[in-house]
Amino acid sequence: MSEHVHPNHHGDDHGSHGSLRDYVIGFILSVVLTAIPFWLVMTGAIADKSTTALVIMAFAAVQIVVHMIYFLHMNTKSENGWTVMALIFTIVILVITLSGSLWVMYHLNHNMMPMTSHEMGQLP
Amino acid sequence: MEVVDHSHWSPILGRLWWDAMPQEPIVLATFVVVALGGAALVAGLTYFKLWGYLWKEWFTSVDHKKIGIMYMILGLVMFLRGFADAVMMRIQQSIAFNGNEGYLNAHHYDQIFTAHGVIMIFFVAMPFVTGLMNYIVPLQIGARDVSFPFLNNFSFWMTTAGAVLVMASLFIGEFAQTGWLAYPPLSNLAYSPWVGVDYYIWALQIAGVGTLLSGVNLIATIVKMRAPGMTMMRMPIFTWTALCTNILIVAAFPVLTAVMTMLTVDRYLGFNFFTNDFGGSPMMYVNLIWIWGHPEVYILILPLFGVFSEVTSTFSGKRLFGYSSMVYATLVITILSYLVWLHHFFTMGSGASVNSFFGITTMVISIPTGAKLFNWLFTMYRGRIRFELPMMWTVAFMLTFTIGGMTGVLLAVPPADFVLHNSLFLIAHFHNVIIGGVLFGIFAAINFWWPKAFGFKLNEFWGKVSFWLWVPGFWFAFMPLYILGLMGVTRRMRTFDDPSLQIFFIIAAFGALMIAGGIGAMLVQFAVSIWKREELKDETGDPWNGRTLEWSTSSPPPEYNFAFTPIVHDIDAWEDMKRCGVERPTAGFRPIHMPKGTGSGLILAGLSTVLGFAMIWYIWWLAAVSFLGVIGFAIFHTFNYKRDYHIPVETVEQTEAERTRQLAAAGA
Repeated sequence: MSEHVHPNHHGDDHGSHGSLRDYVIGFILSVVLTAIPFWLVMTGAIADKSTTALVIMAFAAVQIVVHMIYFLHMNTKSENGWTVMALIFTIVILVITLSGSLWVMYHLNHNMMPMTSHEMGQLP
Repeated sequence: MEVVDHSHWSPILGRLWWDAMPQEPIVLATFVVVALGGAALVAGLTYFKLWGYLWKEWFTSVDHKKIGIMYMILGLVMFLRGFADAVMMRIQQSIAFNGNEGYLNAHHYDQIFTAHGVIMIFFVAMPFVTGLMNYIVPLQIGARDVSFPFLNNFSFWMTTAGAVLVMASLFIGEFAQTGWLAYPPLSNLAYSPWVGVDYYIWALQIAGVGTLLSGVNLIATIVKMRAPGMTMMRMPIFTWTALCTNILIVAAFPVLTAVMTMLTVDRYLGFNFFTNDFGGSPMMYVNLIWIWGHPEVYILILPLFGVFSEVTSTFSGKRLFGYSSMVYATLVITILSYLVWLHHFFTMGSGASVNSFFGITTMVISIPTGAKLFNWLFTMYRGRIRFELPMMWTVAFMLTFTIGGMTGVLLAVPPADFVLHNSLFLIAHFHNVIIGGVLFGIFAAINFWWPKAFGFKLNEFWGKVSFWLWVPGFWFAFMPLYILGLMGVTRRMRTFDDPSLQIFFIIAAFGALMIAGGIGAMLVQFAVSIWKREELKDETGDPWNGRTLEWSTSSPPPEYNFAFTPIVHDIDAWEDMKRCGVERPTAGFRPIHMPKGTGSGLILAGLSTVLGFAMIWYIWWLAAVSFLGVIGFAIFHTFNYKRDYHIPVETVEQTEAERTRQLAAAGA
């Protein structure tokens, strides 16, 4: 609707909608990046559980980037750079929220009274 | 009070049964009055055959100006409800001494303080702020509407749907008794088994959809639809603050949605995100909800900072002092507002390092805010100040908000917070900034832009009466709470043991009474102004000698806002045009392409209300039907291709000729 109301805004770059090749690459990468974590969990390839969790999270992060590049067609030039600006803002907020929450909750947990008799027994 | 058994459930009506009807005499009497008033309203609208007009011209309108006005009306109506809650609390607390139980039982009182907070933040402050942005932003940037006009209408009705659910809880069932943020474990099913918390959850979820979408809409509008020549650093300050507020909305509200969803599955499906047992952590809820909650207070205040900037510079007859520092201060606040959330729960048990970090960030955020205050003061310095109503509210804001800000910095010191948290000192502090900042800003804005929206000024006498009742009333109502809080009186108390405290509560109640007078005077002001609108008429469209583009068009603006898109050369675009003597074009008009009204938003929101109500009462079949209805109708709406029309060139010519005549009559 907006471009009809404002017919003069031809300067804006509406971004490409991607080629079939992009979508296929994105699809294959996504499948691979999804299949590996499943495989890790189901076969228990890495013995240590927390290492597995970290590896899966790393795969998830890569997956996000794949989606942004191949499905959302984000690059530094689209929408006069607003997309990248929005992305940077999002990342800043996400980092603040996640790291802050982890820090806060770790502290709370650390300072909390033992809540069960089991925990009570583990007091130094 | 006896415990009522609400465990009844039937497949047809779910938990809904006779015990959901009003039981307490006060609620019953209110119900009767509201039912009679509602019936009279419906009868009146039918008698004067206004339904068609309302439906066609307002409810289904996608015009950002009409939607803005509807938001303001929603805010005003809910404000009266929220204020009624406040008065009830003040009366209860001023009489419940010496063994007197007061007139509210615990179940009722707990609902009142919860409803007061929820309504004032979500259904008063948010609609007011969104309404203002909706009305003013497109006009200030020289646009004809927002980017997504239908979405705008839909957002408004979703917000209204949330308000309807909160109001329904007054008469059908109960509202939450948990405080306005519904902390678990109290809000878990084990401790709040009936419908109160469910009303809370669904009202906020449905209204949250509206808020989020209107945030997306306004960002797109500001980024994509500015008039040619209006670079980012030539945007009016109100538009800047609106942009930052909407960025905050888009970044923060999903957190609220996620937290509410987790609480929902805890309550409905037996999950354990926030329960005491099975690995749940109620403290995680507190952490997450304040990650939304702290940006939320800046969502509320930032646009009003914009309003004060526009008002100060207009009524000082000067360009705003330090435009770029104002922009950067706003941006810094936008980021910093994400770094302070823990100051809402210093006492929950984080260590000294965490508390000091968040204490310091909280103090840091007062620096850009202080810079803004100095900018306003320097704008006034050597200005030709006109003390009209908007300016009066702005000065009242500067004095009041500064005190509120300073008590805030005091609370930001963790050791002080350990003494003052959860006390009436905190209550006094946040009312000091929200009333002194947000509400005074809204009143400044209403007095400032009313002539733009309706074509006549507001009556000055009643405006001043309202002002002089409101401002001292505020001080009477909240200064005693500061003192009580310092003495250690906690919030949300229903009865008191120490009779020496009573005098403070009586003073506070007197303040609330003055505020009631102020609200009354304001309603009289509106009524008198509408009555005498011919005398107060503004033909020029620019009654205050304004500086930004909204004053360049007629009052009220035509549906298309601007016959030709203005071209901007300077920060205060309209002031620049007046100085350079830009001639208003009177010929060469073309048909104007506009979006077309649709009832889809109202229907979708209506279905969502039914869905929320069915979920609250466990009426599963109705929930399923209305959910399918929402999805189905949304899909159906996508096949509506009649979304636009052209305003014929004759209509534009006529409208503009009328404007030329008006301007000539006004001698401009």
